[in-house]
Amino acid sequence: MAAVRGGPFQIRIQYRKAAMAEASSVSVAFVGSGGAGALTTGRLLLEAACAAGWHGLLTRSVGPQIRGGEAAALLRIAVDPVECHGDRFDLLVGVDWLNSHRFETEIALGPDSVVVSDPQGGDPPAIVAASGARVIELRLKELTTANPAWRPNMIAVGAAAQLLRLDQAVLADLIDRRFQDKGPAIVAANLAAAHAGAAAVAHHDLGFGLARPRAAGTRRWLITGNEAVGLGAIRGGIRFAAAYPITPASEVLEWLAPQLAKVGGSLVQAEDELASINMIIGGSYGGTPSLTATSGPGLSLMIEALGLATAAEVPIVVVNVMRGGPSTGIPTKSEQADLNIAVYGVHGDAPHIVVAPQSIPDCLLTTQWAVHLAESLQVPAILLSDQFLGQALAAIARPADVSFIGQRQRATAIVAPYRRYALTADGVSPMAVPGVAEGQYTAESLSHTERGLPSTSASDHQAQLDKRRDKLERFAFGDLWATIEGQGALAVITWGSLTGAAREAVAQLARAGRRVRLIAPRLLSPARPVEMAAALEGVSRLLVVEQSHGAQFYRYLRAHYSLPADTAVLHRPGPLPIRPGEICREFLREQFS
Amino acid sequence: MSATLAPACRPANYRSAVKPIWCPGCGDYHVLMAFTRAFAELGVRPEQVAVVSGIGCSSRIPAYTNCYGFHGVHGRSLAVAAGLKIVRPDLMVVVASGDGDGYSIGGNHFLHACRRNVDLTYVVMDNRIYGMTKGQPSPTTEPDFDTALVPGGTGMRPFHPLVIALASGANFVARAFSGNPAETAGIIVEAVRHPGFSFVEVLSPCVTYRPDQRAWKDRVHRAPVDATDDAARAARRVMTDDGFNLGVLYRGNRPPYAPPTGKAITDLAELEREFEI
Repeated sequence: MAAVRGGPFQIRIQYRKAAMAEASSVSVAFVGSGGAGALTTGRLLLEAACAAGWHGLLTRSVGPQIRGGEAAALLRIAVDPVECHGDRFDLLVGVDWLNSHRFETEIALGPDSVVVSDPQGGDPPAIVAASGARVIELRLKELTTANPAWRPNMIAVGAAAQLLRLDQAVLADLIDRRFQDKGPAIVAANLAAAHAGAAAVAHHDLGFGLARPRAAGTRRWLITGNEAVGLGAIRGGIRFAAAYPITPASEVLEWLAPQLAKVGGSLVQAEDELASINMIIGGSYGGTPSLTATSGPGLSLMIEALGLATAAEVPIVVVNVMRGGPSTGIPTKSEQADLNIAVYGVHGDAPHIVVAPQSIPDCLLTTQWAVHLAESLQVPAILLSDQFLGQALAAIARPADVSFIGQRQRATAIVAPYRRYALTADGVSPMAVPGVAEGQYTAESLSHTERGLPSTSASDHQAQLDKRRDKLERFAFGDLWATIEGQGALAVITWGSLTGAAREAVAQLARAGRRVRLIAPRLLSPARPVEMAAALEGVSRLLVVEQSHGAQFYRYLRAHYSLPADTAVLHRPGPLPIRPGEICREFLREQFS
Repeated sequence: MSATLAPACRPANYRSAVKPIWCPGCGDYHVLMAFTRAFAELGVRPEQVAVVSGIGCSSRIPAYTNCYGFHGVHGRSLAVAAGLKIVRPDLMVVVASGDGDGYSIGGNHFLHACRRNVDLTYVVMDNRIYGMTKGQPSPTTEPDFDTALVPGGTGMRPFHPLVIALASGANFVARAFSGNPAETAGIIVEAVRHPGFSFVEVLSPCVTYRPDQRAWKDRVHRAPVDATDDAARAARRVMTDDGFNLGVLYRGNRPPYAPPTGKAITDLAELEREFEI
């Protein structure tokens, strides 16, 4: 077996700008206790950068408490769209340091980093001193004591905008709009606080050197992965959703609820995930493309009904926004460890679709595609997003429109007896929906005949198992099955949200003169052995990159595909992200194993 | 209910050719008869009716009708039916269940279906036993009933479905006996016509594992008083009766569930405006 590596890494890859060159991105982290406003601060700064024409990415790392826990806003402002964080943060702003030790390992710093700290705000986490980062003072406590209406996060956002040389007038305008409904006194206090923050650090010239923005005037969106999933669902034709609240998937549902109503659909909050999935199976049986969204614990509860939808051939889409597992795990943080349950969780032989989006814009595309696949194949489709993608807010170029609309083969003019599960050349049988005369049949969870009548016969069982396998295997999935970029004998293979980090690593390696191929399957089930063999053609060294403790993706690849003898795995559980520099370092070794 | 009328409404039109798997003498045969009679009386076309069920002897009923059917997994029939009715309010949706499927594994959905009040008719065939798995105690089994799985009895207080339904907000509550299919059909007709969530508990003997239930035909009797629209009164009545009062107990007037509607848009591009920078 190839070497399996894990554990925290010391990052040595040079990623920041050379001393004189301009930086293509700058990374900023705000930390504070829950309720201190770190996330609001991050959003304001991202919006200010976007207004000036930069792109950016804002992710969050929070504890489970609504108030009094810990929260970090992780922001990367960039000239071009970015899909992951860099290897270290250039600027870390502590609104306060309470509980900051809980995620200090998620915020990598280096000797060039700058930390903004209140001498009265508690001790910065140990990583600050260990990194050798420069610390500059911002006396938040002192300022808020003198001016009780000022909030520390507003002072911090002004300071950060000043240090990054963002336009203070733009920031002021954003603060004005954001707090307008709270009244003029609050707006005035927040503006004064931000101004004071800027003034307090005005004498520092840190020279982050971010290159000038160039996206002003282009069509851009500020959108989260969860919102993009919702939009993709409606564009794909979803008109009914039923769901139970769960972190980090609730935003998909909260976005969909009013939007579905606008397009003549609806969303129901169910009593649990068992009800959610069975409700959408009912909705889809009635002819309406239907979806639910959940996270690991909810997916576990839905597994039995996924088998029902597979056996009864009822199309549904299940969005699973992955979080740390097993059990309740880490609800607020990302992991890629639901691959096994998504692909193999259903009892019996139950072929179904599993797809994974690779970026925030790809959440839109892949969800729309999932609706198309589910409806075309009359099968459940699981979409594996994760907390990183789902709750990240990004400024992106407006994604190109795609034409996928969920359309199932309907039986309309029927001559009795109707064979709902008729064996056809492509394995897909035209589906009657209630109301169509002569189409009456019973959607059946038992093994059944072509007419849908319960059967325990070996031949009926075999015939329907074959049918349900064949309809997936014979389908033309097209180029969307995977992202394949570049050529050469070296390749990195990954999936889902780590595709962005892998792509950035490949770009860094290209600058260092190493050609590395990127392979990222968007379609995880059914496996595509012929296409994967072509993708791996000529690859002699392969690095598997994934965020799971058990190397689930590596084992999945081994189960379905032939991999080169020199294959290694870079894997670790959430919530620590795998950064581009770590991937690069693996390729700078003489050999993997 | 806006379903089109069937031209010739005979009960036989609603019966499929599939032979039931039930034991000879099972009460569920008569429930099937009550279904087809009720559908004929309602005059709805078979393709406009959906019969949704879970798992168990009672849940085999959809395939025995000539309607659209859904035979899902254990305990989830109410969820499937709610989803169907919400997207297809034009259909008549009848849910069939049993005391194990409906009150044990599906108990939570029962509570919330009553609360949600989707316009469904929920018929539970109660024989106080798991028949299909060969005689284990269900939530309505008497506490001292001896079985192989729980020797000496469960010692647990039986579940009271009618009181639970009333307390949870069901809009129509009735009890019927499978041995009186004409009367049961009449109650189902009323239940379908009543808006919102209608619950009909049908005492349906299991002659194989509960031969003692053959005596039910002598114990049942028509309720001495008329239905009420006062849930508290109805609950008090049903908690103090002998468990064999038949008839409509409660007719409520809560408006049925209607999905929220929003400001209609014609162009999906409007949905992306909120994201534009």
